[in-house]
Amino acid sequence: MESAGRHTHADVVVIGGGPAGLAAAVAARRAGAGRVVIVERDVRLGGILPQCIHAGFGVKWFGEELTGPEYAGRFVKQAADAGAESMLETMVLEITRDLRVVAVSPRDGLVMVECGAIVLAMGCRERPRGALAIPGTRPAGIFTAGTAQRLVNIEGVVLGRRAVILGSGDVGLIMARRLTLEGVKVEAVVEIMSYAGGLARNIQQCLRDFDIPLYLGHTVSRVHGRDRLEGVSVAPVDDRRAPIPDKEWFIPCDTLLLSVGLIPENELSAACGIELDPATGGPIVTDEMETSVPGIFACGNVVHVHDLVDHVTEDGMVAGEAAAAAAAAALASASGAATAGAIAVTTAAAGAMAGAEGGARAKGGAGAGTRTTTMTGTGAGARPAHYSGRAGVPAGEGNGDGTSRISGTRTLGEIRPGSNVRYVVPQRFVQGGERGGGGRTLTISLRPSEPAENVVVEVSAAGKVLRRQRKEKVRPGEMLQVNIDRRTLPSGDGVVTVSIVSR
Amino acid sequence: MQGTRATQSMTVKADVAIIGAGVVGAAIARELARYDLRVVLIEREVEAAFGTSKANSGVVHAGFHSTPGTLKASLCVQGNAMFDDIAGELSVPFRRNGSLMVAMSTDEVGVLREHFEQGRRNGVPGLRLLDADEARKSEPGLAPEVVAALYAPTGGVVCPFQLTFALVENAVANGGAFMAGSPVTSIHLRDGRVAAVETPEAIIETAWVVNAAGLFADRIAAMAGDESFEIRPRKGEEYLLDKRVGSLVRSTVFPVPTAVSKGILVIPTVDGNIMVGPTAEDTRDRLDLTTTRAGFEAVFAAARRMVPSVSPRDIIASFAGLRAACSEDDFIIRPSRVARGLVHVAGIESPGLTAAPAIARMVAEILREEGLKMRARRAFNPVRPAPVRFAHLSRAQQARLVASDPAFGRIVCRCETVTEAEVVDAIRRGARTVDGVKLRTRAGMGRCQGGFCLPRVMKILSRELGIPVEHVTKRGPGSVIAPYPAKALLRESETRSTGGEREVPAGTMAESGARVRAGFRTAPAARG
Ligand SMILES: Cc1cc2nc3c(=O)[nH]c(=O)nc-3n(C[C@H](O)[C@H](O)[C@H](O)COP(=O)(O)OP(=O)(O)OC[C@H]3O[C@@H](n4cnc5c(N)ncnc54)[C@H](O)[C@@H]3O)c2cc1C
Ligand SMILES: Cc1cc2nc3c(=O)[nH]c(=O)nc-3n(C[C@H](O)[C@H](O)[C@H](O)COP(=O)(O)OP(=O)(O)OC[C@H]3O[C@@H](n4cnc5c(N)ncnc54)[C@H](O)[C@@H]3O)c2cc1C
Repeated sequence: MESAGRHTHADVVVIGGGPAGLAAAVAARRAGAGRVVIVERDVRLGGILPQCIHAGFGVKWFGEELTGPEYAGRFVKQAADAGAESMLETMVLEITRDLRVVAVSPRDGLVMVECGAIVLAMGCRERPRGALAIPGTRPAGIFTAGTAQRLVNIEGVVLGRRAVILGSGDVGLIMARRLTLEGVKVEAVVEIMSYAGGLARNIQQCLRDFDIPLYLGHTVSRVHGRDRLEGVSVAPVDDRRAPIPDKEWFIPCDTLLLSVGLIPENELSAACGIELDPATGGPIVTDEMETSVPGIFACGNVVHVHDLVDHVTEDGMVAGEAAAAAAAAALASASGAATAGAIAVTTAAAGAMAGAEGGARAKGGAGAGTRTTTMTGTGAGARPAHYSGRAGVPAGEGNGDGTSRISGTRTLGEIRPGSNVRYVVPQRFVQGGERGGGGRTLTISLRPSEPAENVVVEVSAAGKVLRRQRKEKVRPGEMLQVNIDRRTLPSGDGVVTVSIVSR
Repeated sequence: MQGTRATQSMTVKADVAIIGAGVVGAAIARELARYDLRVVLIEREVEAAFGTSKANSGVVHAGFHSTPGTLKASLCVQGNAMFDDIAGELSVPFRRNGSLMVAMSTDEVGVLREHFEQGRRNGVPGLRLLDADEARKSEPGLAPEVVAALYAPTGGVVCPFQLTFALVENAVANGGAFMAGSPVTSIHLRDGRVAAVETPEAIIETAWVVNAAGLFADRIAAMAGDESFEIRPRKGEEYLLDKRVGSLVRSTVFPVPTAVSKGILVIPTVDGNIMVGPTAEDTRDRLDLTTTRAGFEAVFAAARRMVPSVSPRDIIASFAGLRAACSEDDFIIRPSRVARGLVHVAGIESPGLTAAPAIARMVAEILREEGLKMRARRAFNPVRPAPVRFAHLSRAQQARLVASDPAFGRIVCRCETVTEAEVVDAIRRGARTVDGVKLRTRAGMGRCQGGFCLPRVMKILSRELGIPVEHVTKRGPGSVIAPYPAKALLRESETRSTGGEREVPAGTMAESGARVRAGFRTAPAARG
């Protein structure tokens, strides 16, 4: 920051060029945003998709089964056609609450972008071996599944001859098949839980179709081999998930892949004080995908881990459109205040202005939509307890004061996970808002805590059931969605609860 | 000769050969570089610091643990006092964060008092006994059960491998030679005096040999016919926590010690992580670096007793190191009684890291007394230029750097923000492996533990060293990471099914460029 590096402006900066970021850029341009820039640290756009060379993408969005590179390719083209720009090999180092992005690249050096709005689309990273503290040695030959996927599919190397995969997440399942096709013998997939982590279709297509054994309720209890992996001990686990030593057996192998969880990549978000949901590991968002910092939106795996890319694209579209509106509102208010040239408005200023002229600004914002807005709070910077879900947070803390870049101060309702629901997204909804990815309907994504059969997903508020949706089977590995009619949502300090109950 | 490996049957003439490039051998090499001597530092592993010196607690001990009158006691206190200068000259991360030994019951208060007395006799400056309130006031993270504490302000933390690398670099910059990947296989004697040291690829002719071979020091001694001591390894497991837990404690927290070790500590590392450990387990296997479930449980039980907020949920890495404990009670630093010209520096268990600079001085003195001619090298430069740490610079400095070298603009490690230029610099300074790059730059040491940077670091190593990616290793021969090029196994065995995935050529992302290979979902792969 300071006076260092190159300065530039953009209406919307999208951080991350995966499917979420690409969709956001497309939507932002279509919604009228002027300069839209995707900042991507890799040498190519597409996020994780270029290394996912299997088919299985886009069934919902395109109605056909594409490979990862094909799916990404379509959106790269759409983004280019829509007039979005990209900065490749550019790593974002910092984002600030007054909507600046600091990034670095070999070509452009250190760059500071002042933005009208920011969309976070950084995806997620894999949980490493260290986090599991598996006893034994630390030889070469242990990889997280995604890293292995990149090495095999992008760098073109083979990792070994015999592999064991710990964890049954989708990446691990896909890699079981991939390695088999490369001539590697996959000895086993070992899963500590009593159910598989990945999609049912991947269990069928990646394991059963290739006769790869899946050991549920088992774990790798020890790693062997000094320099290169020589094998692993596998054992069933007891009800505390500790391996049972006398049932342990040895599987010789030179490669161990770990598919033991993905973690939304929110170092940047946390550093700028965006409120995170411990259940998802991602930012708390509204149905417009706005985070607790006004003007900063988020979509895709950075919000919560998705199993299907189609939903990532949907999120991205919502975030991009909302970001365009926010940028337009910022521009309008900035030029209204006759601060020539400056696009960014500080949070404090935005908050203050919202308090003073919130409703008017929303109407004035070009293309910003003309939603009716409800003033809340007791003044600029006040944070109604219903936004953060934590009562008694001191006012003036800054984030989550219910201020929005799009339309000033609105009332936000809260959506909470109920029984057998691990998390819900969005965690907040704009009362009276009609955007949220589909006019009258509000789509809530959720994951169950435990697998269950013959259940009902129940959405309720103030003791009233808003919607019941039957499900034969629910599994933590498969995300669920329920749609509700916004007109049925409570007003005021409304709390909506989503539960999974037996039928 | 920096970094060059000896070629077949090369003969090298040296005044002093040092066997072992751990922190002790490296400190000795750097100390001897102050004199007009041809010094050769010989290391079995492909890089320095790959023995015990990379797997320890990194604590610069104050010196109240050791029995007065021992080498351990005097060299620890002396070494500790040298750390400000040495860390400054060599640009090594070091901080005097203080050491705090806590008593968890009134019985243990007596032990604190004994250590207070012992420390005073050893010459440890500034020792203070704290009551429960004072202790908790200085460390709010301590358990309520803490009844008293012994505080030593001179206790510190250092990055042990950075220190070792820096010592080697500075020795080499002052004319020393470093031969890595060179295990000493025999020592030649002539008339009861050392004449040469042999490795598979070189013969180093020298009249003086320093045995700083750590866990293998007794084997080196035996090569010269000296069987006066034996190494008895004692393993210690350590667990490193994510930086996000913050600084649970400021000082290094010690329990009252056991008979064999200082016990399990809570260490705020110099890099800002919390580390807990080590255990103390005797083992016969000098290469046994396994961590165990029992060790894990022991470490967390002990650490949480003192600092309850320590949690195994925050682990990002674990490792084990072997202390080179020996058949004698103290460090063995003396000329061999069997082979003249051979000086042993053996049994350097804890506090060996702390004592290393003082050990080096003592070894120089012994060599002088034994008859080595030592004239000060006038051109000796004690300063080792600091490697750039992009992440620690201001934005303005970062901008200037990238403008001067675009490789500073390419981030290789996302968790620790390490740039390609830093990785290249590390390789120029001697890194040969993925672990070597990691220890020098921190690429791969963050919370993702290399998931992101591994493919990138492998590529840079391959390019800079001029070797195929398939030859890049984790830490030397035998630890190849990706042993085969693409499709190697398929070519090898055409009978295996090539199955039903659609493929695009690696690295491409064309919308319609997908090459369709075979059909969908063919029969299960035939496996041989
Ligand atoms: C092995 C595997 C198999 C899958 N299979 C399927 C399937 O069959 N069908 C399906 O529908 N879905 C599948 N998915 C899921 C789908 O690929 C993901 O949900 C989707 O890619 C997430 O998109 P994203 O844009 O949120 O994140 P990503 O694709 O991870 O993109 C994030 C981007 O942000 C960039 N970035 C991060 N931080 C920064 C920064 N600081 N500066 C600049 N850039 C940054 C990253 O480099 C990356 O390009 C699969 C995923 C995997 C890993
Ligand atoms: C778990 C643990 C925690 C510790 N914590 C601390 C602490 O907090 N503070 C402290 O002061 N001390 C601590 N110590 C002790 C400290 O780590 C050691 O005293 C110190 O690292 C010893 O250094 P060294 O150079 O003697 O041994 P090493 O680092 O083992 O170096 C010996 C070198 O000799 C090489 N070598 C062996 N055989 C041959 C051969 N034939 N030819 C060529 N080279 C050979 C080896 O490869 C090795 O690199 C700890 C030790 C352990 C195990």
